[in-house]
Formats: sequence, structure tokens, C-alpha cells
Amino acid sequence: MEAVQPIISVKDLTKHYPGIKAVNGISFDVYRGEIFGLLGPNGAGKTTTLEIIETLRKKTSGEVIVAGYSIDANPNAIKQRIGVQLQAANYYPNLTLNQLLSLFEGLYNSKIDRQQILKLVGLQERGKSKYKELSGGQKQRFSLATTLINKPEIIFLDEPTTGLDPQARRNLWELIKNIRDGGTTIVITTHYMDEAEILCDRVAIIEKGKIISLDTPSNLIDNLLKSGFKRNTDVKNASLEDVFLSLTGHELRED
Amino acid sequence: MKTEVPKYNQLRAMLAISRASFSAIIKNPSAVIFSLIFPLVFIIVFGFIKGNSIRLEVGLGPDCDTTSIIFTAFSKLPNVDIERNKSFSEMENLLNKGRLDAVLNISGSANEKGVLVEVITSKASREKGLFVKSIFTNLVDKQNLSVIREMQNASGNPLSNIKIYPTELRETEIQGREYKMIDFILPGQLGFSILSAGVFGTAFIFFSLRQTLVLKRFFATPIRRTYIILGETLSRLVFQLLGSLIIILLGKYIFGFTLVHGFTTLVEMLLLSAMGLIVFMGFGFVVSGIAKSESVIPPLANVFTLPQFLLSGTFFPIDAFPGWLQIISKALPLTYLNDALRKVAFEGAGFSAISHQLSIITIWGIVIYIIAIRFFRWE
Repeated sequence: MEAVQPIISVKDLTKHYPGIKAVNGISFDVYRGEIFGLLGPNGAGKTTTLEIIETLRKKTSGEVIVAGYSIDANPNAIKQRIGVQLQAANYYPNLTLNQLLSLFEGLYNSKIDRQQILKLVGLQERGKSKYKELSGGQKQRFSLATTLINKPEIIFLDEPTTGLDPQARRNLWELIKNIRDGGTTIVITTHYMDEAEILCDRVAIIEKGKIISLDTPSNLIDNLLKSGFKRNTDVKNASLEDVFLSLTGHELRED
Repeated sequence: MKTEVPKYNQLRAMLAISRASFSAIIKNPSAVIFSLIFPLVFIIVFGFIKGNSIRLEVGLGPDCDTTSIIFTAFSKLPNVDIERNKSFSEMENLLNKGRLDAVLNISGSANEKGVLVEVITSKASREKGLFVKSIFTNLVDKQNLSVIREMQNASGNPLSNIKIYPTELRETEIQGREYKMIDFILPGQLGFSILSAGVFGTAFIFFSLRQTLVLKRFFATPIRRTYIILGETLSRLVFQLLGSLIIILLGKYIFGFTLVHGFTTLVEMLLLSAMGLIVFMGFGFVVSGIAKSESVIPPLANVFTLPQFLLSGTFFPIDAFPGWLQIISKALPLTYLNDALRKVAFEGAGFSAISHQLSIITIWGIVIYIIAIRFFRWE
């Protein structure tokens, strides 16, 4: 994934709360067309970093350029060019998906083909369903659909698969890859390493507000192996998740 | 670095929020119940109570002469129920309990001494008893007067030469506007509907929008925060004005609610509804800001709404309260909204005539929004 021009550029970013340095001098670039992962345990500063880039949170210091705009000077220009999925965000529960999409069309001043966007996330049958009637996986997919309404250059996904079953996770991964293949840059946070390994072109590992490693998943693994690391159990050619999926199938469960 | 920003229409985004929020409100049963069903139930209950008319229950003595002129005149009065065919002791018993207001006995029409009208009343129904007595005093006076006039006019009667100057009572009733129960109860219910929609509706919706991160998701779009509030306010305003319209029109066409200047009065009432709603929404914003969890919203909101529900002339005129309670009543904004609504609807007062009420509601609005701005929380 070699691109010359970074679409997101973060330099010396800090965010201090009373008594805590939640983000403590982070720098990285995200390239156009890649899936970039921010990994780290809970409380490492992933979400704070993400929300500063999304213009939802004020930084303490540092410089952030998104799609050519500075977050200080043109937050609204950035908002028009990005799509944001929040951790555990909700919508008016009694509205139908069509009504909610129409709401976001207004919020983004864009006109979309609702049916097409629902089809993209596999919800073409549910346009007239209320949001509260959706399953967890469907809610996440709908949430993803709302990030696509303004045809964004970048979408941000904050722990999109938390709480989903293995089938729904895999389904969402496919969806995210498809969106990336359509030319959209994706920044994702997760604390699932299998997810990062399968999805991300490059990952930054954050710990206590600092980036401690940044590379492709495969390089990071190679580097660890070069240092002489060995797993202390024999690696089998299948995992328990493979067993689970071969027993229960790959089809999505929606209820 | 690029600096040009494509045109973004805040109004279009705001209207999208209004539309979504309006759909959410009408699908929310508690909003519909509080704004529409409750007030309508109260209006229907009170609407069917017969106005202010007093009914008089009068028992007839066993030997009462029902052919006398006085009895005929009395029995023709509206609001009089005459109880016949009961023994005297039975009637005395009913009179004691207040179930009868008076017992009537007329005798001696054929007697040379003249007619005797006996009215027996009891302390159990003192006011209605007095009312019956005054009716008979009046009837007896009229009868005596006509006897005197007859004697004066009859030639050949020795009494016609005697000069008598009796005093005569002349009663005139002018055609006033009839103040019906509905004219009191409907504006009060309208005020209550606006109060509860403003306070409860706003407190719950902004608390839950904040809690479920809907607001945060909005912040990730280019809409400005002010327009989010305006969008939500607009939908609530449209909903409440529709509710007010339904209440007023049902009141008018089913219970004969008085709209003095017709359409103009209707528009004025809707303008007052809008003004009241915006002021009361300020309290909702305060509650949504200070509530730490959803379960404390109802008690917090009730601290503000319940006293007004009881003391602001929603069900009883505040004149009926003791003086110290009236002082509290006269501090509450709903008192002035109810008062303004009644004056506009029944007396046909223009906005200049209710400027006192309007200015007190405005002062409340300014104070509450100063507080709301301090306490409002976005996240």
C-alpha cells in the first residue's frame, strides 16, 4: 500500500485531562485507500485520538490535517468529507431505516439512492423496519450505511464488531473490505487482533497514549519471530472459531 | 492547504431533524397521551357537567293547593324539581338530610283570610333553602301587588278611593355572554397540556438523545449545535400547536367553547400556546441538564409542573384559594398563561389588554433560559 500523499496526517498530538495524559504525543500518517487500524487495550487512547481527528473533541496540542483541511481551521469542511461510526451510537429507535436515512441525507445535504445504500449493507428488505427491531449485527451495518451517505473520502469505525457473533463479524469485515475496494480510506479501532490481522493494511499499536509500534500486520509478526519468539503450544491448523463456523455455518443469523 | 468550503445549508439539515423528531414524537405514546388524551379526557368529563345551574328540590305538602296562582308560577320555573306524593314525615326526613331543599304548603285560597304560603327549609341545605324562600317572597309580593292594583282599579269598590303607594320591584336581565364550564376548563387544560409537553417532552428527549449518543452522531455531521436545538424545538412546536388546535376545535364544536372573535381568537390562542411552550421548554432543558439518570427526570419535572397543575387555575379559579396560597399562585407562569388564554378566548382581549400576563411569562422565559444555558449539557 504505497501512496505518496497521506490523506490524514497527525503530528505530535496530545490530549490532557486533569490528571491524565490520554494522548501523549502521537504522530502517524494514513494513506489514501488503505484500512488503517488503531489497536490497543481499553483506555489506551484509541477513541480519544479518533474523536479528535473526527473533530468531535478538542486537542490539547499538535497538528491534524484531514483530507487537506486542518481540524482547527475547517472542521466543517472535514465533516463533509468523512463518515463517522461511533462506539455504541443509537438513532431514534421508533423511526424506520428509510426515515433515518432521509434524516442523514438532510444532515449531510446529500441525495442518495436509499435502496442502493441499504442493499450495499445487506438491509434492502428492512427499509420499512424500525431501527429498534434490528439485530445487533444489522444495527452495526445500518450504522455503517449512515457513514456512506455523503460519499466520504474517509470513514472512521470505532470498534465496529464489538458484541457481534462470529458470523456477523465476518460479514462486516467483507463489507468493510468492499468499501475500501471502492476507493474509500478506512480508519478502524479494535481490540481484536484477528480482526486487525485480516482487515488492516497497516496498524498502529497504542499503549498509554503513545504509539509503540506501526507497520503492516505481517511485518510486525515477522519482526517478533525474528526476535526469537515462539508460541508455547503447538499451532494447530485450525482454531476453535473454525470449528464453530464449520458447525454453525457462515450464514448470517439475524435474530 | 485547501480553504474553500462547499455550500452547506444549515436550514435543510435543521428541517431534516424536525421531520425525524416529529415522526418520533407522534410514535411516542406518552407524548400523545400527555399533550392530547389527558386534556381531552378532562375536557370531556367537565364538559358534560351541567354548567353552573342550580337545581332546587322542593317537596309538596300533602294538602298543598296546586291550583293557586303562586304554585302555578313556581312550577313553571326552570331548575325546579317538585316532589309529590310523599308523607309529611318522609319529607321532613329528606329535608333533614338535605336531599330536599324546601317543603311547600299552600293553603286557604278559598279562605276569606287570604292565602297562606308556608316554606319549610333546613340547615342541611341552607343556601338553596334561602333561594327557595326568596323566590316565594318575590311571588307573594307580586301577588299582593296585583291584588292591590285590582282593588284600586275596580270602580265602585270603596277601597278605590284610598290612596296606597305600594313599592314595586322591576327586574331586567340583559343579554350577557353565557360563561360555560368549558370556557373555564378548556384554557386550563390547554395550559396544562403545554406545560407537560414543554417540560416532560423536552427533558426526556434531550436526555435520551445525549445518553444514546444521537446528539454526538449529529455533531459528526456539519450541522451547527444551535440548529440541532432549533430543529427539535420546531418539531415540538408543530406537534403542540396541532394538539392545541384539536383541543380548541373539539371544545368549540362539541361543547360550545366560546371563541369571541372566531378565527382571530383561535390564532391568538395558538400564538399564546407557542409562547408558553417555548418558556416551559426552558424548564425541560434545565431538567435534562441536571438529571443524572432517566429515573430522576419525572420527580424533577414534577417539582415544577405539579404545583402549577394544582395552583395555577387549571381546575379551580385561584380566587377560591386562601390568601397565602394565592401569593404562590400569582408567582407561577402557568397562572398567567391560563389567565391570558381565558381573557383572549372569552373576553376577546387583544394582546395589549393582556400585556401584564405576557410580560410576566416573558420574564419567566428570560430567567429560565439563563439558568438553562448554565446547566445544559451536550455530552
